[in-house]
Amino acid sequence: MELINPGLGLIFWMLIAFGILLFILGKFVWPPVLRALNEREESIEQALHEADKAREEMKTLLYNNDKLKLEAEEQRDKLIMEARQMRDILIEEARIKATEEAERLIVNARERIHFDKMAAITDLKNQIATLSIDIAEKILKSELSEPKKQKEFVEKSLEQINLN
Amino acid sequence: MALIEPMKKLLFFFMICLTAYSQSVANASSVTDDAQEHESSGKFNAGNFIIDHIVDSYEWHIATIGQTHISIPLPVILVDEGKFIVFSSSRFHGGTESYKGYKIETARSFNKGKIVKVIPGTMETDVAANKPLDFSITKTVAGIFISVLLLIIIFMGVAKAFKRNSGHAPTGVQSLFEPLIIFIRDEVAKPSIGKHYQRFLPFLLTLFFFIFFNNLIGLIPLFPGGANVTGNLGVTLVLAFVTLLVTNFSGNKSYWLHIFDPPGIPWWLKFPIPLFLIIELTGVFVKPFVLMIRLFANMVAGHIIILGFISLIFIFASMGAGLAYSVSPLSIVFAVFIGLLELLVSFIQAYVFTLLSAIYIGMATEEHHEGEHVK
Repeated sequence: MELINPGLGLIFWMLIAFGILLFILGKFVWPPVLRALNEREESIEQALHEADKAREEMKTLLYNNDKLKLEAEEQRDKLIMEARQMRDILIEEARIKATEEAERLIVNARERIHFDKMAAITDLKNQIATLSIDIAEKILKSELSEPKKQKEFVEKSLEQINLN
Repeated sequence: MALIEPMKKLLFFFMICLTAYSQSVANASSVTDDAQEHESSGKFNAGNFIIDHIVDSYEWHIATIGQTHISIPLPVILVDEGKFIVFSSSRFHGGTESYKGYKIETARSFNKGKIVKVIPGTMETDVAANKPLDFSITKTVAGIFISVLLLIIIFMGVAKAFKRNSGHAPTGVQSLFEPLIIFIRDEVAKPSIGKHYQRFLPFLLTLFFFIFFNNLIGLIPLFPGGANVTGNLGVTLVLAFVTLLVTNFSGNKSYWLHIFDPPGIPWWLKFPIPLFLIIELTGVFVKPFVLMIRLFANMVAGHIIILGFISLIFIFASMGAGLAYSVSPLSIVFAVFIGLLELLVSFIQAYVFTLLSAIYIGMATEEHHEGEHVK
């Protein structure tokens, strides 16, 4: 019987005590606690959100970096290739020019040589002619110094003419 | 290396056992003395012994050594015929004497354990006289005051810590209670009540921590613990009554409509005999009534089982010392086991009471949409 027959005074004090507890905790404890919890949760949420955003930005940044690098590499390759082509062209041109020049020089030299040779030949011919005449003169002089020999020569010459 | 983890667990388990064991020993030691007392007045009566430990009393009994009672006297406050009468409960000398014409009823009756008037000059109960209004600070009331004070001190500290650590990680006692606060908010209030949950959160949190604290304090056998606060029908009555008030005062239009004129019900069930009104109104009171009984019964049952196992020792002791020595280790083991179970029950009952309160509030504040009921 005692167990299920609580005293009126107990109920009275319990109402008062629980009321006071409810009032004090409800006024001074739960509002700041719940507010602080909410604030912290919000700040964590925000921090996470910001971290996500930063990661996203990082990703685009990295992507851009990669793209830039790739582009730069491409450009470098292109430049190198162009330079190489240019070099090849230049070398080719230079070679062609050099060949042309060389050929021109050779032709010139050849002409010059030919010309000089002709001149030398002409000169030689003239000199040979002069020398021949001189020699012939000297021979004739020595040969025909005696009247007998002169007569002989004339006869020989006449003989030759007759044969022809 | 792999052994260390299980070893730690084992050690932890032993430590818990040891703590609980020391509690039980403390329990048993005070029990021993009571048992002697009971034995001195004849045979050991386990039923009376258990009930005496569970029900409210006018003094806070700690132990009896030999014939000396060690107890804290509590103030008796009576209002009789418009007069305030205040005196110490030690005047009753443990219920054996009367004082100023009052005594503690010991006879088997409705008033057993309450203060009644005596016929002047005797120890006879004056049946004809009106019972005085009793506002005494009994053991349970003192227990309530202690726990309320403790709750206020602890949670003021927690609130201060929350203010100090605003935006930072919790520290100290704050981190002990924060998970519970979040648990009540996210697992109890939010899903049960819905979008208005914030309005009821202070009530639910106070309710939960009051019950939880008192359940735990009730498990400690010695002062300032040991007052069976949540295992007292008056206490659970008030708690359930507050839930009733909160539920019905926050009830919206559709809640009351569903009680007085539930839609979708044939008219002949409402008129001329308002069958549904009777059922719904009964429901309003049955819900908190069930809360009251559940908490009370659970806490009382736990205490009864622990005390029962301890009583076994004395029951067997009256049969022979050898029997008592052989039974007591087993009894202690079982009492420890139930004690551990009670730790769990302490939390579960506080949780269930709070959850059901939240669900009732949720039902009262729920918004019904048009056309939900088909006529």
